[in-house]
Amino acid sequence: MTEAARLSPDQIFRDGGADLAHRAKWWTGRFAIYAVLLLWTLIALFPIYWTLTTSFKMAPNVMKGDLIPWVDFQPKWLGWKSLGLSPDTIGSESTVREQFLRRFANSAIIALSSSTLAVILGSLAAYGLSRFSYRFAWMKNDDISFFFLSQLILPPVVLALPFLVLYKELALLDSRIGLILLYTLTVLPIVIWIMRDQFASIPTELEEAALVDGLSIWGAFLTIILPIALPGMVAAFILSLVLTWNEYFFAALLTSTHANTLPVMVASQTGSQGISWWSMAALSTAAIMPLILIGILLEKYIIKGMAAGAVK
Amino acid sequence: MSVDMSSGDLLHVVTADDISTGRRAFGRGIVWLSAAVLGLVAVLQVLQVTGQADFGFRNWRPTLYAFVLWAACLCWAQVLLYGEHGKRTLFVLPAALFVVSLTVFPLLFGLLIAFSSWNLSSPDGRQFNGLANLRQMWTDPFYWNALGNMVWYVLAILPEYAIAFGLALLLNAQIRARKFFRIAFLLPLMLSPVAVSWMIGKSMMEVRFGPLATLARRLGWENPSFFGSPEIARATIMVMDAWTFIPFMMIMLLAGLQAIPKELTEAARVDGATGWKSFWEVTFPLMLPVSVTAILIRIIFKLKLADIVINVTSGGPGGATDTVTSFIFREYRDRSNVGYGTLLAMVYLVIIVVFMTVLMKLAGRWARPRT
Repeated sequence: MTEAARLSPDQIFRDGGADLAHRAKWWTGRFAIYAVLLLWTLIALFPIYWTLTTSFKMAPNVMKGDLIPWVDFQPKWLGWKSLGLSPDTIGSESTVREQFLRRFANSAIIALSSSTLAVILGSLAAYGLSRFSYRFAWMKNDDISFFFLSQLILPPVVLALPFLVLYKELALLDSRIGLILLYTLTVLPIVIWIMRDQFASIPTELEEAALVDGLSIWGAFLTIILPIALPGMVAAFILSLVLTWNEYFFAALLTSTHANTLPVMVASQTGSQGISWWSMAALSTAAIMPLILIGILLEKYIIKGMAAGAVK
Repeated sequence: MSVDMSSGDLLHVVTADDISTGRRAFGRGIVWLSAAVLGLVAVLQVLQVTGQADFGFRNWRPTLYAFVLWAACLCWAQVLLYGEHGKRTLFVLPAALFVVSLTVFPLLFGLLIAFSSWNLSSPDGRQFNGLANLRQMWTDPFYWNALGNMVWYVLAILPEYAIAFGLALLLNAQIRARKFFRIAFLLPLMLSPVAVSWMIGKSMMEVRFGPLATLARRLGWENPSFFGSPEIARATIMVMDAWTFIPFMMIMLLAGLQAIPKELTEAARVDGATGWKSFWEVTFPLMLPVSVTAILIRIIFKLKLADIVINVTSGGPGGATDTVTSFIFREYRDRSNVGYGTLLAMVYLVIIVVFMTVLMKLAGRWARPRT
């Protein structure tokens, strides 16, 4: 509108001092907004950029504080070579790479299975709670919902030591299945939170129509409701994936050699003295890359998941 | 949000369930039978542990399998016994059983451990020691110090909230490349705290070569040590944690901003409210419920803060950056005494539950929109 007003011929003659001041103010406002946006983009992205570029640096580059590849320094595969993942080492045998890939596989298996399990259990519970009224002993629907969501408050440290002892007795210590169970437990409240919101937004008339057509409750749920609720489930799944992939505390306590996840590997390398920056940077980059890709490609779902429940 | 009890089932299903007595008896049968199996296996295992008999169990797995069998039978029996109603129970029952068996049982077990001295690396096993752990906690300055630190960490949420709100407002403004900025702002949340510990804490803040140290030197801080003095170290941990979690609050607040009807802000503009005034008198009151939810969830996550502390400072210098979780983690790592650590965790849980209950009550009172 302002554009049109400015361009229309009879406006030209009225472009007085007040108008100019107004436009100047508008431009400074714009400038300030973009300046702040760019500043925060720098703050948010620089550590990632730094880690990625450092994985291609050599000792002198690190010491000189070089920042821009091909301008300040010539990228080298040094960091990736120490992981056995550079072009010239990828073909040959490498114990480090084997180690890394095993941890990577552990992380992937544990994160994917626990997220899947949590989404299945959580969606079922959330659907039931949004459609039927229950009474378990003294607990009604609201109490059951609160019981599930209140698990979010439980700090991991409270469960950690009892689980350590229990898993030892159950021979589940240092096993993937043990971590999967615990991770499912930790993300379940979040899944229920998101899915409750999702199911509440689906009108019950849909199922009623399906039931009239002769489907059972479970049939209606599986064939009619699930496809509609799929975006919510994807959102819950991805959010769970982020949390379980990054989880460190339980993994550090409950695994030692077989079921180690990537964060445990990164942490153990951080602690050891004399580890070179480039290999540490390569390891960190490899550990964060899957989630960065997910963040870029599936940003829509992550935002959807986190926004659920924020707005009622 | 949840189902209002007075309205009953949202989904009305009329079914004529015709359940034969045989089916009913079978349903009851499998529940009781599997419960008996569970009881029997558990008793046998207890007998072996107490040394009265030897059945050759190597661990408690048999009891676990018997429990899983019982849980499965319980679910199946719901359908057998109650027909259509049972099928509805089946939606919630698996999740409920899962959560109860993985939290309630370990918590009860944890209570038992909390009042014992139990060094996992010594062969003595568990010894009940009454209130000795509690007495030790009372005189443990490091635990109280860690609790005190948690207060500071929680208070740090307020500036985080202010920044997140500012960013959400910017993203909600008329800007180009909104999607790019949104993704860029979101990415820190994707990173694992352990990776962040190295990326920022150990390399970017490294005194000699780290870019942040270089920047600090250029800005006039002669000897930038980010973990030297207690206050600065604590602030640094706060900043790193804020860096990862600001996107979380930002996105919740952005969702809230986008839900505000455009007419309201337009109306405020027509009434002559601009800039600050429009924000404080229209936007902010409308955002109060979302803000309270975002802050509450953020507090819950903050109370679990540990990964960064464990990996960057291990609580130092002198316990200034310790969180309760990282302190208990070290306590266990150094002395492998699960008894004392569990007691500390249990006390922490009680404090958290009381604190969160009070906070949620207060929040419920504040959060009502004042429009």
